[in-house]
Amino acid sequence: MRNTPVLVDPTGEVEPARREPLARPDSLDGRTVALLDISKARGDVFLDRLHMRLGERGVEVKRYMKPTFARTAPVAVKQQIASEAALVVEGLAD
Amino acid sequence: MTKQLTLVVKRDCPTCTLLEPVYAALAASGIALDVWSQDDPAFPESVPGALDEGLERSFRLGVEIVPTLIRRENGEEVERTWGWDRAEWERVAGLEGLGAGLPPFRPGCGAKNVEPGMPEALAARFGSARLKSRRVPLAPLEDEIEAAYDRGWSDGLPVVPPTEARVLAMLDGTTRDPGEVLGLAPPNLQPCTVEKVAVNAVMAGCKPEYMPVVLAAVEAALDDAFCMHGVLATTYYIGPIVIVNGPVRRAVGMNARGNVLGQGNRANATIGRALQLVVRNVGGGKPQGVDRAALGNPGKYTFCFPEDEEGSAWPPLSESRGAGKGASAVTLFAGYGVMGVVDQDSRTPDALVETFADVFRGLENRNRRNIDAVVVVSPEHDRVFRDGGWSREDLEAALRTALDEPGHETPKLREGGLLIVRAGGGAGMFSAILPGWAATGPVGSIPVTKEVGT
Repeated sequence: MRNTPVLVDPTGEVEPARREPLARPDSLDGRTVALLDISKARGDVFLDRLHMRLGERGVEVKRYMKPTFARTAPVAVKQQIASEAALVVEGLAD
Repeated sequence: MTKQLTLVVKRDCPTCTLLEPVYAALAASGIALDVWSQDDPAFPESVPGALDEGLERSFRLGVEIVPTLIRRENGEEVERTWGWDRAEWERVAGLEGLGAGLPPFRPGCGAKNVEPGMPEALAARFGSARLKSRRVPLAPLEDEIEAAYDRGWSDGLPVVPPTEARVLAMLDGTTRDPGEVLGLAPPNLQPCTVEKVAVNAVMAGCKPEYMPVVLAAVEAALDDAFCMHGVLATTYYIGPIVIVNGPVRRAVGMNARGNVLGQGNRANATIGRALQLVVRNVGGGKPQGVDRAALGNPGKYTFCFPEDEEGSAWPPLSESRGAGKGASAVTLFAGYGVMGVVDQDSRTPDALVETFADVFRGLENRNRRNIDAVVVVSPEHDRVFRDGGWSREDLEAALRTALDEPGHETPKLREGGLLIVRAGGGAGMFSAILPGWAATGPVGSIPVTKEVGT
């Protein structure tokens, strides 16, 4: 394995060097939630339940699926989610 | 007084191997001697030495040729010599009769620490403490260019990853201290050091020799008169346009001729980009953040070009703006473009200037007044003005007269806001107007000229 590269920060250093995750939204109002099934056993059970609970709160939900959990999502799936939804919940493990 | 000799050698150098008897004589003289071999711990054979592991010693001593002999007194270097010159060695060592039987002179060999690529690598390894910026370690499988995108450092095009070695090499392009603060970079008003400019110049793709020009451009942008915060924050199209004058244009290989406002020349492209990256990264000015441009313009990636002084009968723009005669300088203008001035028919200055005036009349909005603009006069249009004996001042005066409209107190062109430069390819009767901001003069941006230092 190659050495870990180190870069020199070009910024004014007012923000942490560590990348922060995007802030969670205050509310789901008007936002579409993507549920991503990664094709792992019983992930659908978890996502079905989530779908139901979100539906009860009037949140629009769309379902997506990766063909295999062993690989990263195909670009087309990622692009579709990015175009259609504001948040994504992924069922990660069995 | 404590006298000490330091010797740096390598086995791969015939002159170094020739001097074994000299090394033995130095050792036998009783003077403290430390010997460093660049390639073989068993060399020299006549005196005990040590391998210069990683060439750190050679780097710190600044050795360029082997053998190098250095004399220190009380720990301070007093003299050095390199290669083999008996008289010089005897003088530096303070000994007589060195190398009797050897030829009196032999040139040395290039030191290993100055082989191609080595100075940069060694500087990064042993000199990176000079850099004060935060270091950003990447994950082992993270791609450097993608990492720069992910961290928001890019203008949308790939950037050169700012490694310590590249930043140190960039800093070699200026004599200025890396810690020197050029000013506060808007909008976050962060101190903009020479080092931060170097990091962004690396990312922009600059060569180290461009650094003095980039620094002058950044200084101009941070000048209060230029109003960089407003130029960034406006909903207008504008961004900083860098116009370069003086010997530095040719020294760094800028293009002032065909496609002068277009792509293809590294210096033109990267100097302008470096300035934009400084604003983005050091200042924190990003589109849809403090950059509120409704449309922007493609020149906000980079907009930098030199005047074609060699092809012009007029003095350089920078001189007309107060820079020293023969000095290199940058002029920063808040503008956009390119608005074409097309006239393939006029053969007299009076007729041609009317076409320029026509473009100004229709520029943006017929009611616009107090306009600032750069007028880029192409060679074939320049020929018409030149044949008519017109100076830059004559052209400006004629434009103002042509644009004088009764009933308007405010002139079409702001006094002091017109920058006329000569540039472009030899064929094509096509000049250009680069319009400025709606907020011109003291209420907005005033063009700033700064001489290029070292």
